[in-house]
Amino acid sequence: MGLIQQSGGAELDPQMFRHESGRMVVALTRLFGIHNLALAEDVVQDAFCRAIEVWKFKGVPANPAAWLMATAKHRAVDILRRERTARTYEPELTRMIESEWTLVPTVHEVFEAHAIEDEQLRMMFSCCHPRLREDARVALVLHILCGFSVGEIAGAFVSGLAATEKRITRAKKVLAGSKKLFDVAEGAEFSRRLPDVQRALYLLFNEGYHGASAETAVRGELCREAMRLTAMLLAHPLGRTPGTQALAALMSFNAARLPGRVDAAGNLSSLLEQDRAKWDRGMVAEGVRLLELSATGLEVMEYHVEAAIAAVHARASRMEETDWAAIVALYDTLMTLRPSPVVALNRAIAVAQKDGPERGLEEIGLIADRERLKAYPFYWAALGELELRRGRREFAREHFGAARKLARNPMERRFLEGRVRVCK
Amino acid sequence: MTEFIYLYRGGESPKSPAEGQETMQKWMAWMKELGEKGNLKAVGSPLEKTGKLVSGKSKVVSDGPFAEAKDLIGGYTLVTAKDIDEAVELSKGCPIFLVGGAVEVRPILQMNM
Repeated sequence: MGLIQQSGGAELDPQMFRHESGRMVVALTRLFGIHNLALAEDVVQDAFCRAIEVWKFKGVPANPAAWLMATAKHRAVDILRRERTARTYEPELTRMIESEWTLVPTVHEVFEAHAIEDEQLRMMFSCCHPRLREDARVALVLHILCGFSVGEIAGAFVSGLAATEKRITRAKKVLAGSKKLFDVAEGAEFSRRLPDVQRALYLLFNEGYHGASAETAVRGELCREAMRLTAMLLAHPLGRTPGTQALAALMSFNAARLPGRVDAAGNLSSLLEQDRAKWDRGMVAEGVRLLELSATGLEVMEYHVEAAIAAVHARASRMEETDWAAIVALYDTLMTLRPSPVVALNRAIAVAQKDGPERGLEEIGLIADRERLKAYPFYWAALGELELRRGRREFAREHFGAARKLARNPMERRFLEGRVRVCK
Repeated sequence: MTEFIYLYRGGESPKSPAEGQETMQKWMAWMKELGEKGNLKAVGSPLEKTGKLVSGKSKVVSDGPFAEAKDLIGGYTLVTAKDIDEAVELSKGCPIFLVGGAVEVRPILQMNM
Protein backbone atom coordinates (compact mmCIF):
# COMPACT_ATOMS: atom_id res chain seq x y z
CA MET A 1 0.00 0.00 0.00
CA GLY A 2 2.97 2.31 -0.02
CA LEU A 3 4.36 4.56 2.64
CA ILE A 4 2.13 6.86 4.57
CA GLN A 5 3.05 10.51 4.63
CA GLN A 6 2.40 11.66 8.15
CA SER A 7 2.57 15.40 7.73
CA GLY A 8 -0.45 15.71 5.51
CA GLY A 9 1.60 18.03 3.39
CA ALA A 10 1.26 15.87 0.30
CA GLU A 11 0.29 17.93 -2.70
CA LEU A 12 -2.75 16.23 -4.13
CA ASP A 13 -3.99 17.20 -7.55
CA PRO A 14 -7.24 19.04 -6.70
CA GLN A 15 -9.06 17.01 -9.36
CA MET A 16 -7.63 13.70 -8.19
CA PHE A 17 -10.77 12.36 -6.51
CA ARG A 18 -12.98 13.39 -9.39
CA HIS A 19 -10.79 11.77 -12.00
CA GLU A 20 -10.31 8.60 -9.99
CA SER A 21 -14.06 8.43 -9.51
CA GLY A 22 -14.52 8.24 -13.28
CA ARG A 23 -11.79 5.62 -13.60
CA MET A 24 -13.22 3.41 -10.86
CA VAL A 25 -16.80 3.65 -12.11
CA VAL A 26 -15.84 2.47 -15.60
CA ALA A 27 -13.73 -0.43 -14.30
CA LEU A 28 -16.51 -1.55 -11.95
CA THR A 29 -19.14 -1.17 -14.64
CA ARG A 30 -17.03 -3.41 -16.83
CA LEU A 31 -17.23 -6.08 -14.10
CA PHE A 32 -20.78 -5.65 -12.93
CA GLY A 33 -22.32 -4.82 -16.30
CA ILE A 34 -23.90 -1.51 -17.28
CA HIS A 35 -27.23 -2.51 -15.75
CA ASN A 36 -25.50 -2.43 -12.37
CA LEU A 37 -24.23 1.14 -12.76
CA ALA A 38 -25.79 2.11 -9.42
CA LEU A 39 -23.90 -0.69 -7.67
CA ALA A 40 -20.64 0.50 -9.26
CA GLU A 41 -21.36 4.01 -8.01
CA ASP A 42 -22.00 2.71 -4.50
CA VAL A 43 -18.66 0.90 -4.46
CA VAL A 44 -16.88 4.07 -5.58
CA GLN A 45 -18.62 6.13 -2.91
CA ASP A 46 -17.62 3.53 -0.35
CA ALA A 47 -13.97 3.57 -1.49
CA PHE A 48 -13.87 7.35 -1.13
CA CYS A 49 -15.44 7.30 2.31
CA ARG A 50 -12.84 4.78 3.48
CA ALA A 51 -9.99 6.75 1.94
CA ILE A 52 -11.16 9.96 3.55
CA GLU A 53 -11.59 8.33 6.96
CA VAL A 54 -8.15 6.78 6.94
CA TRP A 55 -6.23 9.57 5.22
CA LYS A 56 -7.51 12.29 7.46
CA PHE A 57 -5.84 10.51 10.36
CA LYS A 58 -2.87 8.85 8.71
CA GLY A 59 -2.08 11.17 5.84
CA VAL A 60 -2.24 10.57 2.12
CA PRO A 61 -0.41 7.44 0.99
CA ALA A 62 2.43 7.67 -1.51
CA ASN A 63 0.21 6.41 -4.30
CA PRO A 64 -3.31 7.52 -3.44
CA ALA A 65 -4.81 6.40 -6.76
CA ALA A 66 -3.50 2.87 -6.27
CA TRP A 67 -4.88 2.85 -2.71
CA LEU A 68 -8.34 3.84 -3.94
CA MET A 69 -8.24 1.28 -6.74
CA ALA A 70 -7.15 -1.45 -4.32
CA THR A 71 -10.05 -0.59 -2.01
CA ALA A 72 -12.53 -0.68 -4.87
CA LYS A 73 -11.12 -3.97 -6.18
CA HIS A 74 -11.31 -5.56 -2.76
CA ARG A 75 -14.92 -4.52 -2.37
CA ALA A 76 -15.74 -5.69 -5.90
CA VAL A 77 -14.34 -9.17 -5.23
CA ASP A 78 -16.35 -9.25 -2.02
CA ILE A 79 -19.59 -8.39 -3.77
CA LEU A 80 -18.98 -10.73 -6.68
CA ARG A 81 -18.29 -13.56 -4.30
CA ARG A 82 -21.17 -12.90 -1.96
CA GLU A 83 -23.81 -12.03 -4.52
CA ARG A 84 -22.70 -14.41 -7.22
CA THR A 85 -26.11 -15.97 -7.55
CA ALA A 86 -28.22 -13.02 -6.49
CA ARG A 87 -27.38 -10.83 -9.44
CA THR A 88 -26.35 -11.14 -13.04
CA TYR A 89 -23.17 -9.39 -14.03
CA GLU A 90 -21.43 -8.49 -17.26
CA PRO A 91 -22.43 -11.29 -19.67
CA GLU A 92 -19.02 -11.35 -21.34
CA LEU A 93 -17.30 -11.93 -18.00
CA THR A 94 -19.83 -14.14 -16.25
CA ARG A 95 -17.85 -17.33 -16.67
CA MET A 96 -14.66 -15.71 -15.39
CA ILE A 97 -16.42 -14.27 -12.38
CA GLU A 98 -18.22 -17.48 -11.49
CA SER A 99 -15.07 -19.48 -11.00
CA GLU A 100 -13.01 -18.83 -7.90
CA TRP A 101 -9.91 -19.60 -9.98
CA THR A 102 -10.43 -16.73 -12.35
CA LEU A 103 -12.35 -14.23 -10.21
CA VAL A 104 -9.43 -12.31 -8.68
CA PRO A 105 -7.25 -12.25 -11.84
CA THR A 106 -10.26 -11.00 -13.82
CA VAL A 107 -10.86 -8.18 -11.36
CA HIS A 108 -7.18 -7.22 -11.50
CA GLU A 109 -7.19 -7.20 -15.27
CA VAL A 110 -10.18 -4.90 -15.46
CA PHE A 111 -8.38 -2.43 -13.18
CA GLU A 112 -5.21 -2.32 -15.30
CA ALA A 113 -4.43 1.21 -16.51
CA HIS A 114 -4.77 0.41 -20.21
CA ALA A 115 -8.05 -1.43 -19.63
CA ILE A 116 -9.42 1.56 -17.75
CA GLU A 117 -8.45 3.88 -20.58
CA ASP A 118 -10.41 1.76 -23.07
CA GLU A 119 -13.36 1.66 -20.71
CA GLN A 120 -13.39 5.43 -20.30
CA LEU A 121 -13.69 5.84 -24.04
CA ARG A 122 -16.37 3.18 -24.14
CA MET A 123 -18.32 4.99 -21.47
CA MET A 124 -17.93 8.29 -23.31
CA PHE A 125 -19.52 6.75 -26.38
CA SER A 126 -22.16 4.96 -24.32
CA CYS A 127 -23.16 8.27 -22.67
CA CYS A 128 -23.82 9.74 -26.12
CA HIS A 129 -26.72 7.37 -26.56
CA PRO A 130 -28.96 8.21 -29.53
CA ARG A 131 -32.00 8.21 -27.28
CA LEU A 132 -30.60 11.02 -25.15
CA ARG A 133 -30.78 14.73 -25.79
CA GLU A 134 -27.52 16.61 -26.20
CA ASP A 135 -27.74 18.30 -22.81
CA ALA A 136 -28.39 14.95 -21.13
CA ARG A 137 -25.34 13.42 -22.81
CA VAL A 138 -23.11 16.23 -21.57
CA ALA A 139 -24.53 15.93 -18.05
CA LEU A 140 -24.00 12.18 -18.06
CA VAL A 141 -20.39 12.48 -19.23
CA LEU A 142 -19.71 15.02 -16.50
CA HIS A 143 -21.39 12.88 -13.89
CA ILE A 144 -19.87 9.50 -14.70
CA LEU A 145 -16.48 10.28 -16.21
CA CYS A 146 -15.64 13.54 -14.47
CA GLY A 147 -17.10 12.75 -11.03
CA PHE A 148 -19.37 15.80 -10.84
CA SER A 149 -22.29 15.39 -8.45
CA VAL A 150 -25.78 16.33 -9.57
CA GLY A 151 -25.51 19.46 -7.43
CA GLU A 152 -22.23 20.46 -9.02
CA ILE A 153 -23.65 19.97 -12.50
CA ALA A 154 -26.72 22.04 -11.65
CA GLY A 155 -24.38 24.75 -10.36
CA ALA A 156 -22.14 24.69 -13.40
CA PHE A 157 -25.07 24.91 -15.82
CA VAL A 158 -27.08 27.30 -13.65
CA SER A 159 -30.05 24.99 -13.89
CA GLY A 160 -32.41 23.90 -11.15
CA LEU A 161 -31.34 21.06 -8.91
CA ALA A 162 -34.59 19.11 -9.34
CA ALA A 163 -34.53 19.45 -13.12
CA THR A 164 -30.90 18.37 -13.30
CA GLU A 165 -31.53 15.45 -11.01
CA LYS A 166 -34.44 14.34 -13.18
CA ARG A 167 -32.40 14.68 -16.35
CA ILE A 168 -29.49 12.64 -14.98
CA THR A 169 -31.68 9.96 -13.42
CA ARG A 170 -33.50 9.51 -16.69
CA ALA A 171 -30.26 9.45 -18.67
CA LYS A 172 -28.80 6.84 -16.32
CA LYS A 173 -31.89 4.72 -16.80
CA VAL A 174 -31.42 4.83 -20.56
CA LEU A 175 -27.75 3.99 -20.15
CA ALA A 176 -28.37 1.16 -17.69
CA GLY A 177 -31.13 -0.16 -19.94
CA SER A 178 -28.84 -0.46 -22.94
CA LYS A 179 -27.90 -4.12 -22.80
CA LYS A 180 -24.20 -3.53 -23.07
CA LEU A 181 -21.69 -0.77 -23.32
CA PHE A 182 -20.72 0.67 -26.67
CA ASP A 183 -18.15 -1.45 -28.50
CA VAL A 184 -15.27 0.82 -29.50
CA ALA A 185 -13.63 -1.94 -31.52
CA GLU A 186 -16.52 -1.91 -33.99
CA GLY A 187 -15.24 0.56 -36.63
CA ALA A 188 -18.44 1.39 -38.46
CA GLU A 189 -20.42 1.96 -35.24
CA PHE A 190 -17.57 4.04 -33.87
CA SER A 191 -17.52 6.36 -36.85
CA ARG A 192 -21.28 6.68 -36.78
CA ARG A 193 -21.38 7.82 -33.19
CA LEU A 194 -18.16 9.86 -33.22
CA PRO A 195 -19.86 13.12 -34.32
CA ASP A 196 -22.19 12.90 -31.32
CA VAL A 197 -19.25 12.41 -28.99
CA GLN A 198 -17.39 15.34 -30.54
CA ARG A 199 -20.51 17.45 -30.22
CA ALA A 200 -20.90 16.59 -26.52
CA LEU A 201 -17.28 17.53 -25.85
CA TYR A 202 -17.72 20.73 -27.83
CA LEU A 203 -20.81 21.66 -25.79
CA LEU A 204 -19.01 20.83 -22.56
CA PHE A 205 -16.14 23.12 -23.48
CA ASN A 206 -18.52 25.88 -24.55
CA GLU A 207 -20.39 25.68 -21.29
CA GLY A 208 -17.11 26.47 -19.61
CA TYR A 209 -16.11 29.10 -22.11
CA HIS A 210 -19.34 31.03 -22.69
CA GLY A 211 -21.56 29.54 -20.03
CA ALA A 212 -23.63 31.17 -17.38
CA SER A 213 -21.81 30.12 -14.22
CA ALA A 214 -20.44 33.05 -12.28
CA GLU A 215 -17.47 31.12 -11.02
CA THR A 216 -14.39 31.41 -13.17
CA ALA A 217 -12.92 28.38 -11.44
CA VAL A 218 -15.92 26.18 -12.29
CA ARG A 219 -15.85 27.30 -15.89
CA GLY A 220 -12.12 26.71 -16.23
CA GLU A 221 -12.70 23.23 -14.87
CA LEU A 222 -15.35 22.44 -17.47
CA CYS A 223 -12.95 23.58 -20.20
CA ARG A 224 -10.14 21.46 -18.76
CA GLU A 225 -12.41 18.40 -18.51
CA ALA A 226 -13.51 18.81 -22.13
CA MET A 227 -9.85 18.98 -23.16
CA ARG A 228 -8.92 15.96 -21.07
CA LEU A 229 -11.68 13.86 -22.63
CA THR A 230 -10.82 15.12 -26.12
CA ALA A 231 -7.22 14.04 -25.53
CA MET A 232 -8.54 10.54 -24.71
CA LEU A 233 -10.41 10.53 -28.00
CA LEU A 234 -7.29 11.67 -29.84
CA ALA A 235 -5.32 8.83 -28.28
CA HIS A 236 -7.58 6.24 -29.92
CA PRO A 237 -6.72 5.27 -33.53
CA LEU A 238 -10.36 5.52 -34.62
CA GLY A 239 -10.97 8.68 -32.62
CA ARG A 240 -7.99 10.53 -34.06
CA THR A 241 -9.85 11.98 -37.05
CA PRO A 242 -9.34 15.41 -38.65
CA GLY A 243 -12.60 16.46 -37.03
CA THR A 244 -11.35 15.56 -33.54
CA GLN A 245 -8.05 17.32 -34.24
CA ALA A 246 -9.92 20.43 -35.37
CA LEU A 247 -12.06 20.26 -32.22
CA ALA A 248 -8.93 19.98 -30.07
CA ALA A 249 -7.39 22.91 -31.98
CA LEU A 250 -10.48 25.04 -31.31
CA MET A 251 -10.33 24.21 -27.62
CA SER A 252 -6.63 25.08 -27.47
CA PHE A 253 -7.13 28.48 -29.10
CA ASN A 254 -10.02 29.32 -26.83
CA ALA A 255 -8.27 28.02 -23.73
CA ALA A 256 -5.32 30.25 -24.66
CA ARG A 257 -7.66 33.22 -24.35
CA LEU A 258 -9.18 32.18 -21.00
CA PRO A 259 -6.63 34.10 -18.89
CA GLY A 260 -7.49 37.29 -20.80
CA ARG A 261 -11.26 37.03 -20.44
CA VAL A 262 -11.30 38.41 -16.96
CA ASP A 263 -9.27 41.52 -16.14
CA ALA A 264 -7.26 42.22 -13.01
CA ALA A 265 -10.33 43.49 -11.17
CA GLY A 266 -12.23 40.27 -11.91
CA ASN A 267 -14.36 41.92 -14.57
CA LEU A 268 -15.35 40.41 -17.86
CA SER A 269 -13.56 41.92 -20.82
CA SER A 270 -14.71 41.49 -24.41
CA LEU A 271 -12.52 39.91 -27.06
CA LEU A 272 -11.96 43.32 -28.60
CA GLU A 273 -10.57 44.80 -25.40
CA GLN A 274 -8.64 41.87 -23.98
CA ASP A 275 -5.03 42.24 -22.96
CA ARG A 276 -3.58 39.92 -25.57
CA ALA A 277 -0.28 39.71 -23.71
CA LYS A 278 -2.16 37.46 -21.26
CA TRP A 279 -3.00 34.90 -23.89
CA ASP A 280 -1.25 31.62 -23.39
CA ARG A 281 1.23 31.40 -26.28
CA GLY A 282 1.98 27.72 -25.66
CA MET A 283 -1.71 26.92 -26.06
CA VAL A 284 -1.88 28.98 -29.24
CA ALA A 285 1.06 27.01 -30.64
CA GLU A 286 -0.71 23.76 -29.71
CA GLY A 287 -3.82 25.02 -31.52
CA VAL A 288 -1.78 25.82 -34.64
CA ARG A 289 -0.18 22.37 -34.55
CA LEU A 290 -3.53 20.59 -34.20
CA LEU A 291 -5.19 22.73 -36.85
CA GLU A 292 -2.44 21.83 -39.30
CA LEU A 293 -2.90 18.14 -38.48
CA SER A 294 -6.63 18.47 -39.01
CA ALA A 295 -6.23 19.81 -42.55
CA THR A 296 -6.25 16.36 -44.13
CA GLY A 297 -9.09 14.47 -45.69
CA LEU A 298 -12.09 15.81 -47.51
CA GLU A 299 -14.51 16.47 -44.73
CA VAL A 300 -14.76 19.97 -43.35
CA MET A 301 -16.58 20.05 -40.04
CA GLU A 302 -17.78 23.07 -38.15
CA TYR A 303 -14.82 22.58 -35.81
CA HIS A 304 -12.39 23.22 -38.67
CA VAL A 305 -14.10 26.51 -39.40
CA GLU A 306 -14.44 27.59 -35.79
CA ALA A 307 -10.82 26.71 -35.13
CA ALA A 308 -9.79 28.69 -38.22
CA ILE A 309 -11.72 31.72 -36.90
CA ALA A 310 -10.05 31.36 -33.50
CA ALA A 311 -6.68 31.09 -35.29
CA VAL A 312 -7.27 34.41 -37.09
CA HIS A 313 -7.92 36.09 -33.75
CA ALA A 314 -4.89 34.44 -32.20
CA ARG A 315 -2.64 35.60 -35.03
CA ALA A 316 -3.50 39.27 -34.45
CA SER A 317 -1.28 40.57 -31.69
CA ARG A 318 -3.44 43.71 -31.57
CA MET A 319 -7.17 43.85 -32.18
CA GLU A 320 -6.62 46.35 -35.05
CA GLU A 321 -4.55 43.78 -36.91
CA THR A 322 -7.42 41.28 -37.09
CA ASP A 323 -8.19 40.08 -40.61
CA TRP A 324 -11.95 40.69 -40.46
CA ALA A 325 -12.47 39.85 -44.13
CA ALA A 326 -11.12 36.36 -43.48
CA ILE A 327 -13.35 36.03 -40.43
CA VAL A 328 -16.48 37.07 -42.32
CA ALA A 329 -15.66 34.55 -45.05
CA LEU A 330 -15.22 31.81 -42.44
CA TYR A 331 -18.53 32.69 -40.83
CA ASP A 332 -20.15 32.40 -44.25
CA THR A 333 -18.84 28.85 -44.45
CA LEU A 334 -19.97 28.12 -40.91
CA MET A 335 -23.46 29.34 -41.80
CA THR A 336 -23.65 26.70 -44.51
CA LEU A 337 -22.33 23.93 -42.23
CA ARG A 338 -24.20 24.67 -39.04
CA PRO A 339 -26.47 27.68 -39.33
CA SER A 340 -27.79 29.17 -36.10
CA PRO A 341 -28.90 32.61 -34.94
CA VAL A 342 -25.84 32.86 -32.69
CA VAL A 343 -23.46 32.10 -35.57
CA ALA A 344 -25.32 34.68 -37.68
CA LEU A 345 -24.96 37.23 -34.89
CA ASN A 346 -21.22 36.63 -34.66
CA ARG A 347 -20.99 36.96 -38.41
CA ALA A 348 -22.83 40.30 -38.26
CA ILE A 349 -20.41 41.54 -35.61
CA ALA A 350 -17.48 40.59 -37.86
CA VAL A 351 -19.15 42.42 -40.78
CA ALA A 352 -19.44 45.50 -38.56
CA GLN A 353 -15.73 45.31 -37.76
CA LYS A 354 -14.96 45.09 -41.46
CA ASP A 355 -17.47 47.51 -43.00
CA GLY A 356 -18.73 49.65 -40.17
CA PRO A 357 -21.60 49.53 -37.64
CA GLU A 358 -24.37 50.40 -40.14
CA ARG A 359 -23.60 47.29 -42.18
CA GLY A 360 -23.43 45.23 -39.01
CA LEU A 361 -26.86 46.41 -37.89
CA GLU A 362 -28.25 45.66 -41.32
CA GLU A 363 -26.93 42.11 -41.07
CA ILE A 364 -28.44 41.67 -37.62
CA GLY A 365 -31.77 42.83 -39.04
CA LEU A 366 -31.53 40.06 -41.64
CA ILE A 367 -30.96 37.20 -39.19
CA ALA A 368 -33.58 34.54 -39.69
CA ASP A 369 -35.02 33.36 -36.39
CA ARG A 370 -33.85 36.56 -34.70
CA GLU A 371 -36.60 36.10 -32.11
CA ARG A 372 -34.60 33.30 -30.54
CA LEU A 373 -31.74 35.68 -29.76
CA LYS A 374 -33.89 37.97 -27.68
CA ALA A 375 -33.27 36.02 -24.49
CA TYR A 376 -29.52 36.16 -25.02
CA PRO A 377 -27.86 39.14 -23.28
CA PHE A 378 -25.09 39.45 -25.84
CA TYR A 379 -27.59 39.95 -28.65
CA TRP A 380 -28.69 43.20 -26.99
CA ALA A 381 -25.12 44.04 -26.08
CA ALA A 382 -24.07 43.68 -29.74
CA LEU A 383 -26.87 46.01 -30.81
CA GLY A 384 -25.74 48.42 -28.10
CA GLU A 385 -22.11 48.38 -29.23
CA LEU A 386 -23.01 49.05 -32.83
CA GLU A 387 -25.44 51.86 -32.00
CA LEU A 388 -22.83 53.37 -29.72
CA ARG A 389 -20.29 53.29 -32.51
CA ARG A 390 -22.75 55.04 -34.78
CA GLY A 391 -23.09 57.70 -32.14
CA ARG A 392 -26.70 56.91 -31.23
CA ARG A 393 -26.18 56.84 -27.49
CA GLU A 394 -29.85 56.88 -26.61
CA PHE A 395 -30.49 53.63 -28.54
CA ALA A 396 -27.28 52.13 -27.30
CA ARG A 397 -28.25 52.73 -23.69
CA GLU A 398 -31.62 51.10 -24.16
CA HIS A 399 -30.04 48.02 -25.69
CA PHE A 400 -27.42 47.73 -22.97
CA GLY A 401 -30.20 48.16 -20.42
CA ALA A 402 -32.08 45.24 -21.98
CA ALA A 403 -28.88 43.18 -21.97
CA ARG A 404 -28.27 43.93 -18.30
CA LYS A 405 -31.73 42.64 -17.39
CA LEU A 406 -30.80 39.32 -19.00
CA ALA A 407 -27.38 39.02 -17.36
CA ARG A 408 -26.86 35.49 -16.07
CA ASN A 409 -24.36 36.26 -13.32
CA PRO A 410 -22.88 39.19 -11.38
CA MET A 411 -19.83 39.35 -13.63
CA GLU A 412 -21.97 39.81 -16.74
CA ARG A 413 -24.15 42.29 -14.88
CA ARG A 414 -21.15 44.43 -13.88
CA PHE A 415 -19.84 44.33 -17.43
CA LEU A 416 -23.16 45.40 -18.93
CA GLU A 417 -23.77 48.07 -16.29
CA GLY A 418 -20.42 49.52 -17.29
CA ARG A 419 -21.62 49.66 -20.89
CA VAL A 420 -24.85 51.42 -19.85
CA ARG A 421 -22.79 54.03 -18.01
CA VAL A 422 -20.60 54.65 -21.05
CA CYS A 423 -23.72 55.76 -22.91
CA LYS A 424 -24.56 58.58 -20.51
CA MET B 1 -0.79 19.73 30.88
CA THR B 2 -3.70 17.33 30.82
CA GLU B 3 -4.56 14.72 28.29
CA PHE B 4 -7.88 14.68 26.50
CA ILE B 5 -9.53 12.43 24.02
CA TYR B 6 -11.54 13.80 21.12
CA LEU B 7 -14.30 11.43 20.09
CA TYR B 8 -15.63 12.31 16.67
CA ARG B 9 -19.35 11.77 16.39
CA GLY B 10 -21.55 11.69 13.31
CA GLY B 11 -21.06 13.97 10.32
CA GLU B 12 -22.42 13.51 6.83
CA SER B 13 -20.67 11.68 4.01
CA PRO B 14 -19.41 13.90 1.20
CA LYS B 15 -21.86 14.49 -1.65
CA SER B 16 -19.24 14.41 -4.39
CA PRO B 17 -15.63 13.32 -4.91
CA ALA B 18 -14.49 16.95 -5.01
CA GLU B 19 -16.27 17.70 -1.74
CA GLY B 20 -14.74 14.59 -0.17
CA GLN B 21 -11.26 15.60 -1.20
CA GLU B 22 -11.80 19.07 0.20
CA THR B 23 -13.07 17.71 3.52
CA MET B 24 -10.15 15.34 3.82
CA GLN B 25 -7.63 18.06 3.12
CA LYS B 26 -9.23 20.27 5.77
CA TRP B 27 -8.87 17.46 8.30
CA MET B 28 -5.25 16.97 7.42
CA ALA B 29 -4.56 20.67 7.75
CA TRP B 30 -6.26 20.73 11.15
CA MET B 31 -4.29 17.73 12.42
CA LYS B 32 -1.12 19.37 11.19
CA GLU B 33 -2.00 22.56 13.02
CA LEU B 34 -2.62 20.66 16.26
CA GLY B 35 0.77 19.04 15.81
CA GLU B 36 2.54 22.31 15.17
CA LYS B 37 1.02 23.88 18.27
CA GLY B 38 2.32 20.93 20.26
CA ASN B 39 -1.14 19.74 21.31
CA LEU B 40 -1.22 16.50 19.38
CA LYS B 41 -0.45 13.52 21.56
CA ALA B 42 -1.55 10.86 19.05
CA VAL B 43 -3.45 11.31 15.79
CA GLY B 44 -5.57 8.33 16.73
CA SER B 45 -7.57 6.25 14.29
CA PRO B 46 -10.81 6.03 12.42
CA LEU B 47 -13.24 3.28 13.42
CA GLU B 48 -15.33 0.97 11.27
CA LYS B 49 -19.02 1.76 11.41
CA THR B 50 -19.93 -1.74 12.55
CA GLY B 51 -18.59 -4.23 15.04
CA LYS B 52 -19.84 -6.43 17.83
CA LEU B 53 -21.25 -5.75 21.24
CA VAL B 54 -20.41 -8.21 23.98
CA SER B 55 -22.52 -7.79 27.07
CA GLY B 56 -23.89 -9.24 30.25
CA LYS B 57 -22.78 -11.99 32.54
CA SER B 58 -23.45 -14.49 29.81
CA LYS B 59 -21.33 -12.44 27.41
CA VAL B 60 -23.98 -12.18 24.75
CA VAL B 61 -22.48 -11.17 21.42
CA SER B 62 -24.62 -8.99 19.22
CA ASP B 63 -24.26 -6.73 16.18
CA GLY B 64 -25.15 -3.70 18.22
CA PRO B 65 -27.25 -1.73 18.52
CA PHE B 66 -24.74 1.06 18.50
CA ALA B 67 -25.69 4.67 18.68
CA GLU B 68 -27.67 6.24 15.87
CA ALA B 69 -25.66 7.44 12.86
CA LYS B 70 -25.55 11.01 14.10
CA ASP B 71 -23.96 9.94 17.39
CA LEU B 72 -21.80 7.13 16.10
CA ILE B 73 -18.14 7.45 17.03
CA GLY B 74 -16.14 7.54 13.83
CA GLY B 75 -12.69 7.96 15.31
CA TYR B 76 -10.60 9.45 18.09
CA THR B 77 -7.54 11.62 18.70
CA LEU B 78 -5.46 12.23 21.82
CA VAL B 79 -4.46 15.79 22.61
CA THR B 80 -2.81 17.64 25.45
CA ALA B 81 -4.08 20.96 26.70
CA LYS B 82 -3.75 23.21 29.71
CA ASP B 83 -7.31 22.56 30.79
CA ILE B 84 -10.72 21.58 29.45
CA ASP B 85 -11.36 25.11 28.22
CA GLU B 86 -8.30 25.03 26.02
CA ALA B 87 -9.13 21.53 24.79
CA VAL B 88 -12.64 22.69 23.87
CA GLU B 89 -11.30 25.78 22.16
CA LEU B 90 -8.88 23.69 20.08
CA SER B 91 -11.63 21.28 19.07
CA LYS B 92 -13.54 24.12 17.44
CA GLY B 93 -11.17 24.01 14.50
CA CYS B 94 -12.28 20.47 13.66
CA PRO B 95 -13.76 20.20 10.15
CA ILE B 96 -16.41 17.78 11.43
CA PHE B 97 -18.56 20.79 12.29
CA LEU B 98 -18.77 21.65 8.58
CA VAL B 99 -20.63 18.40 7.92
CA GLY B 100 -22.96 18.41 10.92
CA GLY B 101 -20.86 16.27 13.25
CA ALA B 102 -19.73 16.78 16.84
CA VAL B 103 -16.61 16.40 18.95
CA GLU B 104 -16.90 14.91 22.40
CA VAL B 105 -14.05 16.24 24.54
CA ARG B 106 -13.23 14.04 27.52
CA PRO B 107 -10.38 14.49 29.95
CA ILE B 108 -8.39 11.33 30.50
CA LEU B 109 -8.58 10.48 34.16
CA GLN B 110 -5.21 11.08 35.75
CA MET B 111 -3.81 9.11 38.64
CA ASN B 112 -2.54 11.57 41.24
CA MET B 113 0.24 9.91 43.19
